[in-house]
This record gives sequence, structure tokens and C-alpha cells, in this order.
Amino acid sequence: MKFGNNPLLSQRLPAWRARFVATLILSAFCLLAARSLWLQVVNNDFLQQKGESRYSRVIELSATRGRIADRSGDMLAVSTPVKSIWAIPEDARLSPAQARALAALLQMDVRELNRRLASEKDFVFVKRQIPPDVAEKVAALELPGIHQQREFRRYYPSGEVTAHVLGFTGVDDAGQEGIELAFEAALAGRAGSRRVIKDRLGRIVEDVDSVRPPQDGRDITLALDAKVQYLAYTHLKQAVAEHKAKAGGIVVLDVRSGEVLALANLPAFNPNNRVRLNGAQLRNRALIDVFEPGSTLKPFTAALALEKGRFRFDTPIQTAPGRLTIGSATIHDTHAYGTLTLAQVIQKSSNVGVAKVAATLAPEEMWRMYDELGFGQPLGLGFPGEAAGRLRPFKTWRPIEQATMAYGHGISVTLMQLARAYLAFARDGDVIPLSLTRLESPPVAGKSIFSAQTAREVRAMLEMAVQPGGTAPQARIAGYRVAGKTGTARKLEAGQYTDRYVAAFVGFAPASDPRLIVAVMIDEPAAGKYYGGEVAAPVFARVMAGSLRTLGVAPDAPLAPVQVAHDAAAVPDSL
Amino acid sequence: MLRLNLLLLAIVLASALGGVAAQHKARKLFTELEREQERMRSLEVEWGQLQLEQSTWATHARIEQIARERLRMRPPAAGQLLAVEAAR
Repeated sequence: MKFGNNPLLSQRLPAWRARFVATLILSAFCLLAARSLWLQVVNNDFLQQKGESRYSRVIELSATRGRIADRSGDMLAVSTPVKSIWAIPEDARLSPAQARALAALLQMDVRELNRRLASEKDFVFVKRQIPPDVAEKVAALELPGIHQQREFRRYYPSGEVTAHVLGFTGVDDAGQEGIELAFEAALAGRAGSRRVIKDRLGRIVEDVDSVRPPQDGRDITLALDAKVQYLAYTHLKQAVAEHKAKAGGIVVLDVRSGEVLALANLPAFNPNNRVRLNGAQLRNRALIDVFEPGSTLKPFTAALALEKGRFRFDTPIQTAPGRLTIGSATIHDTHAYGTLTLAQVIQKSSNVGVAKVAATLAPEEMWRMYDELGFGQPLGLGFPGEAAGRLRPFKTWRPIEQATMAYGHGISVTLMQLARAYLAFARDGDVIPLSLTRLESPPVAGKSIFSAQTAREVRAMLEMAVQPGGTAPQARIAGYRVAGKTGTARKLEAGQYTDRYVAAFVGFAPASDPRLIVAVMIDEPAAGKYYGGEVAAPVFARVMAGSLRTLGVAPDAPLAPVQVAHDAAAVPDSL
Repeated sequence: MLRLNLLLLAIVLASALGGVAAQHKARKLFTELEREQERMRSLEVEWGQLQLEQSTWATHARIEQIARERLRMRPPAAGQLLAVEAAR
């Protein structure tokens, strides 16, 4: 019998069976369509991401930190890329020979290397910040589990000369001290990123979606003059060594613009190699340490007396017998001078004379002047840790305190504040804000404190102080008229005056039209001499002479050699 | 009808091949651009390093030392100076 004749085939099947199967298949198709719609249209993120991760990469675009230059564009701080070597300890199973080779390249002890690689952590730095050429050699070893990372390292070509002004950055290239910290926001760059498609050979063939461009840090141009800074630093260093002093500070200001041309402190440190640093080396004394300025404040008392019309330039003051008792305390002079004019009181630096002048002034008047000069409040240069100094409210002043404050005791200031206050004499009675960065145009006018007439008269007194018969003949310079004032203050420790001293000198030149202010402070000179006129004034003279020459300021005095009364120290002039 | 279809087919093919070629060319140019940009970055790094080197060579301490020791220079004494008035 043929298959076609099979009687079973003539049997009619019920219609619902065909329909049932068709529905089943159709619904299966619908299910598939829905699923594919779900995966590809509605919820496609996951697959998209998986797909992209096969060929697209996110690349970090590193930004460089801004450079710091001096006022003429010489680089003082530059970041340059270096490599850091890191390891996944679990993967880094090095043979002893490999470990030795790596340690030799990195100039590390093999034991130290092995100790790091034995760490339990997932990630350890083997050595940070190595030069790129060494990094290439390390990469050539092709060691398992050893990787490299690009970082930046900051270099300071002028080293310790600018150490305190610039400060330094940490290992992550963020500012930690000085300008680096004060201008962190401007200097720091912002890293960018881009997503790209790479081909089989690792070449970038296309940018996908938006690129976030890296933002390099801004370059900063300081007011600092590298030459003046070098002069200031080397001469201060010489003096600190010569007088076996504990520390020292020096500030050079431009009188016309208020720019800080130099700022140096000792002891210093090398910012390029900061192993074994101590706190004393890091202190930026000129800005964060306060001291009792001593006689350097006397000219302000005299200026106030002139301003209020209580004294004239040549009003006689009886200073004999060289001491003065106020309440239970007695003020002494180093010599009994007899009758002096006001100008001579400043020239000879008579404590008794100044105390008598101060007695004619109201405490409130003196306080107001000191306050206007900026004592007792931070300068606001933006420097980290800037000190305010101490100026007590005048209501609490006792008569003896007012007298000592007139010659700079019982009040404390920073060297920078003191230098800035002298702007009032060097300019015609006004003070202007200071600037660490180069200014395109000088501030128009400052806060007027004295009249131009008073400022001129005090300038004349300060010129007398550096003449023979004054306290600081060693501050004179060939070719320029100089004006300035010495200060020698006993150091206050735990409320008691010790027999350790701070020697200071603040002055300006040329006296006919002042251009520069130099303030020098030497802390605890211990080689016999301690008077400001002997210790600080010679530093002033050398730095001022060199700076005026560097800046090309025209001489305002005959170029005859200066008759210096002391035995000329065998310290060579700097170029 | 058939001729028109063949023509259209040829045009479509040509356009497709052109597309592929353009894409390829774009990628090649892009790689080249990328290479140049990389070169620019490395030159910038080198510029920074050269500036650093220049600053290091031009340290004032070094200049002073060379002037004093090798060139035997010294600051003029006060009597050796002559000030020249600027012409007004």
C-alpha cells in the first residue's frame, strides 16, 4: 500500500490544533522581538558600554603647573615630567637577579626594594620621581607587576637663594609653603580627559564625544628681582656667619611701587632636596616672626612730634644725666649726651630724649600712628602664616610703657611691616600696599600718615644718623646719600629681657629721591659685636650699593671714596 | 529598466567605496594630527627643561664665581666710577 493511500491521511484534524501551534510560534516571535527591543532601544546602556570598552579608551590629559618667574622673566620654579615606578606586589615576583638589576637602576638598596614588594597592599610605590631616561631603562627590563606613572616634579634653579619666598610643592605637585601655597589656585593646572577609539595597533583614530581640555596652571611673575635677591641673600649669609648669629632676615622694597624686590632669611634650605629639614630652616622670618624693633621706631615718635607741632627739627631736649626715671623704672642711654636737638636725639639714638618727646604725646595719638602704619595687623600679602605683630590698645598703656614703646620696646612687628612703615619717610608721608607680584602700574596714592614736610625733616635726621657722629656710619655708600636708623633690642624671653640681642637696620637711598628700602635683621649675633650699626648696617650698605648699581639708579653724591672710620672688614663687595 | 537599475547599482557601489576611502583617509590624517600633537607636547616639555637648564647655568652664584675666578673681574672702586648725565 502506498503512503498516499493511507487512510489516516484522509482523517481531518480539528482546526484548533493548527491555530494553537501558529499562536505559539507567533507569541515566541513576539517575545524575541520585545526582548531585542528592550536590549537595543530601551535599556541599551550596558551593552553599549561593553561594546565600547572593546575599542574606546579614556585618556587622562595631564596639565602642567604654572611656572614662577622673577620680574625680568628668569625662571625660578619650573615643573617637568618625571616617572614614578609602582608595583602590584602580588604580580611582582622577581628573581633575585631581576631585583638586583631594578635596585641598581633605581639606586636603591635591594633589601629595601624587597621589603616594599613583600607588602600586603595591592599598590606600592617603588620609587617616586625618577628621571625619564632611567624610567625607560626600567621599562626595558620588562619586569612583571612593575608599572610606571607620569608625574611632575618641581625644580628651583636658584635653590636656597629664593627658598623662603617660593616655598615648595609636595610630591603630588601641590603647593605647601610660600608663593607655591599662596598662589596655589592660579598655579595649579586642571587635568583634562578625552575618550577615543583606538585601532588594533593602539593608534588613536577618532575622538568620541566631548573632549575636556586640560587647563595648564597660570605662570606667575613675581616682583622679585633675581639679582637683588642674590645680593641680599649672599650678604646676609656672610653677615650671619661672620657674627655667628642664630638667624637673620632681609627685605628690599621698591619705594615707588611697593613691590618686594628681595626677601631672604637664614637659616635657609635647598628646595630641590628636602631631606632632613627642620622647622628653623623653613621659617620665613621676615613675614612670620615678630621681634621688638627697638630704636628703629624712634623716627616715628619724632615724626609724630613734628607733625603735631610739639617739636621742631632743632628743638633742644635735655638728655643729661643719661637716665630718666618714670614710675619705678629707669631708662638709660649708652652715653650721657647733655642737651641735644630733636634731630640729634635721632642721630645719637637717645632713649631718654625720645622718652621725653613721647611724654608730650597722648597715648591715643601714638597708637593711631602705629595702627595706621600697619603694626598689629597682618600685611595681607596672602602669604601663609603671616604674623600680625603686637600692638596693645592704648587704654592699657602705663606711662613707662608709652615711653618704651616710643623707642620700640613693648611692641612687636615683623621685618616686612617695619620696612613698609619706612615707606612713610621714603615717600612723602604716605604708605602704599606691598606686592609680591610684579605690578604693571604703581598704586596711585597711598594712605597719608605724615605731611611731606615732616617726611622731609625725618629724612634729614635719618641722613644724619649715618654720618660720622651718628649710630651707623658703616651704612654709607660711595656715590649715594643714604638715610637710615639702627636698632639694637634685647630679646624678650618668658617676660624677661635676656642679654641676647636683635640687631637691625632699616634705611633707604638715594636720600634725595628714595628708590629702595632695605631692612636687615640679625638675630642673636654671638661673635662679640651686637649693635645694629656694627652688625646690620654693613649688610645694608653692601646690599643697597649693589642693588642701586644693578637697577641703574643715578648717584646723588660725589663718587669719592667714603671715609669709613672702622677697620674695613675684609669682605669683598659683590658684583 | 534593467539598464537604469544597473546604473543606480554602480552609483551606489561607487559611493559606498568612496565612503570607505574617505573614512580611511580621515583616520590616517587623524593619526597624523595626533602624532604632531604628541610632538608638540614633548617639545613643550623639552622647552621647560631647557628653560630650567638655562636658569641653572645662569645662576648668579655661578656667574659671580666665573667673573671673579676665571675672568678675574672685580667691582670698580669708588674712585674709578664716572657718572654720565643722560642727555635731555
